[in-house]
Amino acid sequence: MTLLAVDNLTLAFGGLNVLSQVSFTVEPGQIFAIIGPNGAGKTSILNCIGGFYRAQQGRIFFDDQDITNISPDRRAAMGLARTFQNIALFRGMTVLDNIKLGRHAHLKTGLLSSLLYWGAAQREEMELRREVEESIIDFLEIEHIRNQPVASLAYGLQKRVELARALAMRPKVLLMDEPVAGMNAEETEDMARFILDIKEERDVTIVMIEHDMNMIMDISDQVVVVNFGQKIAEGNPRQVQSHPEVVKAYLGEKRER
Amino acid sequence: MDIFLQLLVSGVATGGVYALIALGFVLIYKATHIINFATGEFMMIGAYLCYTFLALSGIPIIPTFILVMLCAAVLGFLVERTILRHMLGQPVISIIMVTIGLSSILVGLTEIIWSSQFESFPPLFPRAPLDLGFVLVRSTLAYGFAISMAAVAVFALIFKYAKAGVAMRATAGDQMAAFSMGINVKTMFTFAWALGAIAAALGGVIVGNIGGISPVLGAVGLKIFPVVILGGLDSIGGAVVGGFIIGVLENLAGGYLDPHFGGGVKEVAPFVIMVLILLVKPHGLFGKEDIERL
Repeated sequence: MTLLAVDNLTLAFGGLNVLSQVSFTVEPGQIFAIIGPNGAGKTSILNCIGGFYRAQQGRIFFDDQDITNISPDRRAAMGLARTFQNIALFRGMTVLDNIKLGRHAHLKTGLLSSLLYWGAAQREEMELRREVEESIIDFLEIEHIRNQPVASLAYGLQKRVELARALAMRPKVLLMDEPVAGMNAEETEDMARFILDIKEERDVTIVMIEHDMNMIMDISDQVVVVNFGQKIAEGNPRQVQSHPEVVKAYLGEKRER
Repeated sequence: MDIFLQLLVSGVATGGVYALIALGFVLIYKATHIINFATGEFMMIGAYLCYTFLALSGIPIIPTFILVMLCAAVLGFLVERTILRHMLGQPVISIIMVTIGLSSILVGLTEIIWSSQFESFPPLFPRAPLDLGFVLVRSTLAYGFAISMAAVAVFALIFKYAKAGVAMRATAGDQMAAFSMGINVKTMFTFAWALGAIAAALGGVIVGNIGGISPVLGAVGLKIFPVVILGGLDSIGGAVVGGFIIGVLENLAGGYLDPHFGGGVKEVAPFVIMVLILLVKPHGLFGKEDIERL
């Protein structure tokens, strides 16, 4: 069974072709990596899956539904969560508030009821709080910073808070755009461990873009390689690593003399 | 000393009304990053609606207030859906021009519907001035202040605790992230415009009740610029503090300096303060400075 399918995606901005006929499928329980040189169109693929870009051609299927024309907020409510390349936390809010916002789409009590109907709203809030505290904050080891404003945190910790916020949405698929970019070796190792644990303990399928080849080779199940908006290879890490097109894209071609 | 206290108290009361109108501006700016130059005209429309329901249709005062708020919400909703929704992603200067154009259109419509004549407001409140023991406050100002503060408190509570308010804060923080959290950002824009219009319209009713109404009532709306520049464009607390400071300074400047300069200082003082603030602290007292952590 396929959880997420990208079928024949073509995206252009004016005359600039960003993606041409990219297709791949993600199976449940996979760590699925998208790699490729800078400007290859990797983030554009994530933006199409998340609903921020509308592709000119092609369809996207999630959980057996065609989500090509669904708005980003509804995709989020269906179980697509996202972390960003440039951290997109709500600055000025605390860590805990940021994480709780991840559950926004799932809260049942609305504006009026949360004003009038203290009972139900309060119960839901308490449940949410317990779940967030126990299964997300403890899990990601961020207890010590939970009441701090996010803007004051170090980069690696902000990335972790962003991950926590995405997990609070109880996603089926987590889209991660360069989860370890700019991290030191220790932070990278921690993040790789978290990603593996998320996959194994929480039944979350992960689609990630990454440049850190060691991490890709270590933890991913399936890798797709894009260059100049086209898919040039797909397979498990070992297959992809030795693929001639991939070597060419990353290292260049030997010139005939 | 008596004069000082008198000026101070009426300054605080005026400032409360400024705070409410500035809140209408800040709610829209915070959520959508649109500078609404039609805030003053939203006030004016609110005042005319109140005048129509109360004086021309004879509806009692409480239902009138509810009707004014409903109509203002519809106005904000329509303006966002029909005009500004289509301006998403356009340059800031184009959007500002659109709101300036909108303000002229609203003035024109008002003149067509209600004529351009000055009208005095029917008395909303008991006429007896409020006696604080050491000073007297005009009843229109005292009640206006009370209503403003109540409205500001309600808006602040919604923004801080209600689900829609939290979603609005998230939208203000980062639109793409808000979308990814399942928040319908476009709905939040509409919601912000409706709330902003309600706040401005209530402010307009209070101002109209103090000084009568005409299509140029919206000019008072210009005074919110010193208020929000001082308080910070995107800070609700800043709008309140800024409102009080500008109200008091304006009144003191008017009371003490006007006799020496032959008048006019009261009107100019807020804008002198605005220029000084822009020179010294361009983000205002509580505004968000975009500090990047490198």
